[in-house]
Amino acid sequence: MRVSRLNPVGVDEDPRHSSRFSVATATRASTVTALLAVPLILLLFALPAFASRALLQELFYVFTMLALAQLWNLLAGCAGLISVGQQAFVGIGAYALFAFTLMAGLEPVLSIVLAGIVAGLIAVPAALIVFRLRGAYFAIGTWVVAEVCRLVLAQFKQLGGGTGTSLPPDIVDSIVSLDFVRHLFQVRSPAARDILAYWLALVLAVGTLVLVYKLLRSRYGLALSAIGDAEAAAESAGVDVFRTKLLIYIATATVTGMAGALIFLQKARISPDAAFSLIDWTAYVIFIVVIGGIGTMEGPIIGVVIFYLLQYYLAALGSWYLILLGALAILLMLFAPTGVWGVISGPFDISLFPVRRRLMPLSLKESRE
Amino acid sequence: MLGWIDPLLQGVLLGGLYSLYATGLSVIFGIMRLVNLAHGDLIVLSAFLILAASAAGVPIVLACAVVVPLMFAVGYALQTVLLNRALGRNILPPLLITFGLSIIVQNGLLETFSADTRRLNVGTLESASLPLGSGIAVGLMPLICLVSAVAVIVLLNSVFYRTALGRAFRATSDDVEIAQLMGINNKSIYALTMGIALAVCAIAGFFLGARANFDPSIGPARLLYAFEAVIIGGLGSLWGTLAGGIVVGVAQTIGAHINPEWQILSGHVAFLIVLVIRPRGLFPRAVD
Repeated sequence: MRVSRLNPVGVDEDPRHSSRFSVATATRASTVTALLAVPLILLLFALPAFASRALLQELFYVFTMLALAQLWNLLAGCAGLISVGQQAFVGIGAYALFAFTLMAGLEPVLSIVLAGIVAGLIAVPAALIVFRLRGAYFAIGTWVVAEVCRLVLAQFKQLGGGTGTSLPPDIVDSIVSLDFVRHLFQVRSPAARDILAYWLALVLAVGTLVLVYKLLRSRYGLALSAIGDAEAAAESAGVDVFRTKLLIYIATATVTGMAGALIFLQKARISPDAAFSLIDWTAYVIFIVVIGGIGTMEGPIIGVVIFYLLQYYLAALGSWYLILLGALAILLMLFAPTGVWGVISGPFDISLFPVRRRLMPLSLKESRE
Repeated sequence: MLGWIDPLLQGVLLGGLYSLYATGLSVIFGIMRLVNLAHGDLIVLSAFLILAASAAGVPIVLACAVVVPLMFAVGYALQTVLLNRALGRNILPPLLITFGLSIIVQNGLLETFSADTRRLNVGTLESASLPLGSGIAVGLMPLICLVSAVAVIVLLNSVFYRTALGRAFRATSDDVEIAQLMGINNKSIYALTMGIALAVCAIAGFFLGARANFDPSIGPARLLYAFEAVIIGGLGSLWGTLAGGIVVGVAQTIGAHINPEWQILSGHVAFLIVLVIRPRGLFPRAVD
């Protein structure tokens, strides 16, 4: 008797068993997206050659917010871990970057990677505490953890205590390949710094997209959708719910930490209130995901564009702008909880980043080929 | 030794205030499994409403007598118009609606009342105190606050456990579908629940303003203290919530006694320790 090769989430991947059906994830729309994405990303990489410095700075903000939104969407939309405390990892990453560059004298890009690892390591004990809370209480628990991080880091006098500190220009300029960029584009150091920060943000955004996409299409993604449908049933079918959620929590914390490090490398100034800001790193991010469409990868992309336009035209309104965002989020939850992408794609069943597995009769697939 | 009695006593009194913050949250969660992220901001809103009324020349007791039923009405309307539509298996919509509400209330207060620090004027009560000997004294206002917290819990418990309406509340909390089969309109129970919770918020808002300074930005911190008190006490027990509030209050005053910068931090740390040692709280009743 042969034992079929079952992986931990119980999907039969033995090719001998799929003689009559095949499992497909790609759609025509996703193939087109993949083909268009390559020239678009190449174009974005070449952008510093002909774009203004102001545009690069704006795009830096868009890309970092996109990365944070994709990560929050993975956590809340896909894993059901609704956190309002992701600012904890933005802040930890940012402070770790300052510690590595200011105190240990390390190179900034290396420090960003290390800062992500620090955030991931701190996520382990944090998860063990907040995972004891369920649902809505989990949300507030993550917020308490973020507050604890903020209050603890405000005690570190070497990093400026409660008022914060700055990165001196010579430390920021120690970033790898700054001279290369200066000569390549014939610009002075501040402009070269912006170009490098822009490239790093682009790498971060694209890298996050790829990571989330790969993760959702892996067996962890299948486990996540099973957990989302019925947690108890998934558990009884052999999905290790705790381990899957822990993995997602740590992975998002790590990349969120890198995003935080990059954002504050660009700002070159840190304070506990800015690094652990609930509005900047969680409320805006949630708004982006919700307006675009939670639980999809297309949602945060659309959301970040809408958010940027609102910010560009309305941020001058101050408090009224925030009131407007809050009201928009409430209306959306009541009348279009699937967001803009849900409304657009719903009737047509389009998916640019398909993560759903569909069973295809083999004859159909053969006839197509 | 004597040096520790004073912060301990002040902590217990502070716990009375935190318990008032938390009672509303505890009732809402107990009956509809909903967490209101705007809870802290609604407490601050109540304080500002009382402030506005007393600034217009209304005596402070009368102002409270108006604001408490007013906040009950706000809660009833909030639940009927917004939250009842969003309740379901998915906890995200109600959570995000209350998060949006929190931002609206906070910034609305900022626009209306500016970021200035305020305080409610309670006349001579503000500084009155009872000497207990050995140089220890308790403020009269904090003492009234603790007594009110106990009174609110006694009142709510007698409603929940001794009236027909209370039976409907408990039935809805236990099993909403069966309660509906028995002829209970769960949506109107939910609306009453939110009304009661916000009426308690209004009482908490009065003591917040009478005991300390406040401004539009302090709501979220009050939400966290309230939440910590509920979890430490254990879900489903109002006396547990009082105990939880006292644990947070005592942790804060003892932390502040050691180093003034550690006040808030030590409250949070006490909460995390309880969560690690007793994840279901000190006096758990409900199974979540």
